[in-house]
Amino acid sequence: MEPVRIIEGTAAPLDRSDVDTDQIIPSEWLKRVERTGFGEGLFSDWRADPAFVLNQPQYEGASILVAGTNFGTGSSREHAVWALTDYGFRAVVSPRFADIFRTNSTKAGLLPVQVDEVTGRALLDAVAADPTITVAIDVEARALRAPAAGIDTTFPLDDFTRWRLLEGLDDIGLTLRHQDAIAAYEATRPPWLPITTGPSRPITRF
Amino acid sequence: MTTQTMSEKVWDRHVVHAVEGEPDLLYIDLHLIHEVTTPQAFDGLRMNGRTVRRPDLTVATMDHNVPTVGLDLPIADPISARQIDALRRNCAEFGIRLYPMGHIRQGIVHVIGPDLGLTQPGMTIVCGDSHTSTHGAFGALAFGIGTSEVEHVLATQTVRQARPQAMAVTVDGDLPPGVTAKDVILAIIGRIGTGGGVGHIIEYRGSTIGALSMEGRMTICNMSIEGGARAGMVQADDTTFAHLEGRPHAPRGAAWEAALDDWRALATDEGATFDKEVTVDASRLRPHVSWGTNPSHVVPIDATVPEPADEAARRALAYMGLQGGTPLRDIAVDAVFIGSCTNSRLEDLRAAAAVVAGRKVNAGVRAMVVPGSMQVRADAEAEGIDRVFLDAGFEWRAAGCSMCLGMNPDILRPGERCASTSNRNFEGRQGRGGRTHLVSPAVAAATAVAGRFTTPEDLP
Repeated sequence: MEPVRIIEGTAAPLDRSDVDTDQIIPSEWLKRVERTGFGEGLFSDWRADPAFVLNQPQYEGASILVAGTNFGTGSSREHAVWALTDYGFRAVVSPRFADIFRTNSTKAGLLPVQVDEVTGRALLDAVAADPTITVAIDVEARALRAPAAGIDTTFPLDDFTRWRLLEGLDDIGLTLRHQDAIAAYEATRPPWLPITTGPSRPITRF
Repeated sequence: MTTQTMSEKVWDRHVVHAVEGEPDLLYIDLHLIHEVTTPQAFDGLRMNGRTVRRPDLTVATMDHNVPTVGLDLPIADPISARQIDALRRNCAEFGIRLYPMGHIRQGIVHVIGPDLGLTQPGMTIVCGDSHTSTHGAFGALAFGIGTSEVEHVLATQTVRQARPQAMAVTVDGDLPPGVTAKDVILAIIGRIGTGGGVGHIIEYRGSTIGALSMEGRMTICNMSIEGGARAGMVQADDTTFAHLEGRPHAPRGAAWEAALDDWRALATDEGATFDKEVTVDASRLRPHVSWGTNPSHVVPIDATVPEPADEAARRALAYMGLQGGTPLRDIAVDAVFIGSCTNSRLEDLRAAAAVVAGRKVNAGVRAMVVPGSMQVRADAEAEGIDRVFLDAGFEWRAAGCSMCLGMNPDILRPGERCASTSNRNFEGRQGRGGRTHLVSPAVAAATAVAGRFTTPEDLP
């Protein structure tokens, strides 16, 4: 993963709540076996409408998506994150994110920026009124700033995830440093727990 | 002594490494995988020279994009075929047991785990699928993950997760006749909304839940994610143990007895506190039907389509082609789908078959039954349920996710309206422009006969 430190650019307003991952990337796109090329499918049903925000030239090149509350609900498909990043978004701002979408985002280098309802509304209105407004997100400071809209706020991000994003660290590599702890845990698991490779586990002791 | 909820107990048992300010590193007892959310994860392993730590705790099947007819023919869609081939090759390369198309144990991943007895109380279970919450019906902690996490579990048999909060949904009272587990969960989601459970594990409690079958509990836990919850759980009890005993992977003999003692100790302690609590009076519930484009858009079948309260509701009604004030019972359907990880088990098929027996599907309605697994299909056929559906004019298909998410050829045409026993009524979920109404198997069956939304009691 590339390090994510400062995200600065223009923003596109998606003034809808409960944007589910089926809308972000419809299921017909999920048959691909690659991680790339999903940008074309981003919001593909909604983009069929010429009035949709991403079809408006003034939002071309936006790197931040500002959405209504409850963004990324539904399916666990990480393809939704890949579609947003492949299209060019580096952060999504919303008053609430679905749990799985939030986790998927930080694993794939897309920053979920959770703000309060009032700030979210103010930012949506500001970028709808003036598409040229610059929004800056500072991962280290956990801060979102849009001076032209009078917004200067912080957002939640746990220390570990922040460090991982700042350094661009591989999550699996970090966990493999705990291999000894994993092996020690495995030795304590109850003997009746199932294994998938046999019809049933031979019981030798309890 | 401090008191704990069931989810806290199961969580604590699986912590491998915990540090303040970091998400916990949690051990995973069972990793279910399927063709759609894994190819990129296996590629990641190969790219980094990594392997699968515990193939013996991993099991694979094909469900999301598989066709449900013509199983003897090559898959017509070359992109789907490539994905299916990738799973087959990946499982062979890494030594993972696969239940492929054509196998009696193939089916929806959340149907086959419990079928095989792989789903047991107190376990941690993950899958690259949000409906993994289904397995919580057994008192397991089960949740959906994305592909990066799938790769992480394959490589390390752990996930990194922040500890969720505990939420109690208590359902008390006797269910009125004709009201099912599906109606209970639709009513709950209508109450709490699609984000009401975010950051929480829901524990379903109360006399109504205790009286439900395992199938009914699975239906409820399955849709926890539609209320935004990380997972849903039901305390394991004698119903759970009777369902599990004797299944292929269930413990036997002395191990079974030891496991029972352990599982009973997982119950939420008396006096344990929840971060959030909701109570539902089951005795006042009616069969529910969704009217909009997310699963919180639900009303009792006797109600009318609500007048839109905001822009989101106006958009939903426009998409659904509905007017506020229309009685639900006046809405005609083009299709009926009985299936999905929510409602495709033997009990669901029996309930629907009891309604259609001796009746005919309404002219102009396309009706389809897709059993959750090939084993469920075989069990149903042994009871003659396939004949009941076929005689009524239903299609009787092979197992898979099918029209729940429209990844295979089973889709709605634009504008078509469907009564569906599945879990999501999102725009385009069952095919671009398709209109989905979520219902129970009994209401779906009655609606197939009447051609418009109705309950079994109201059929002539």
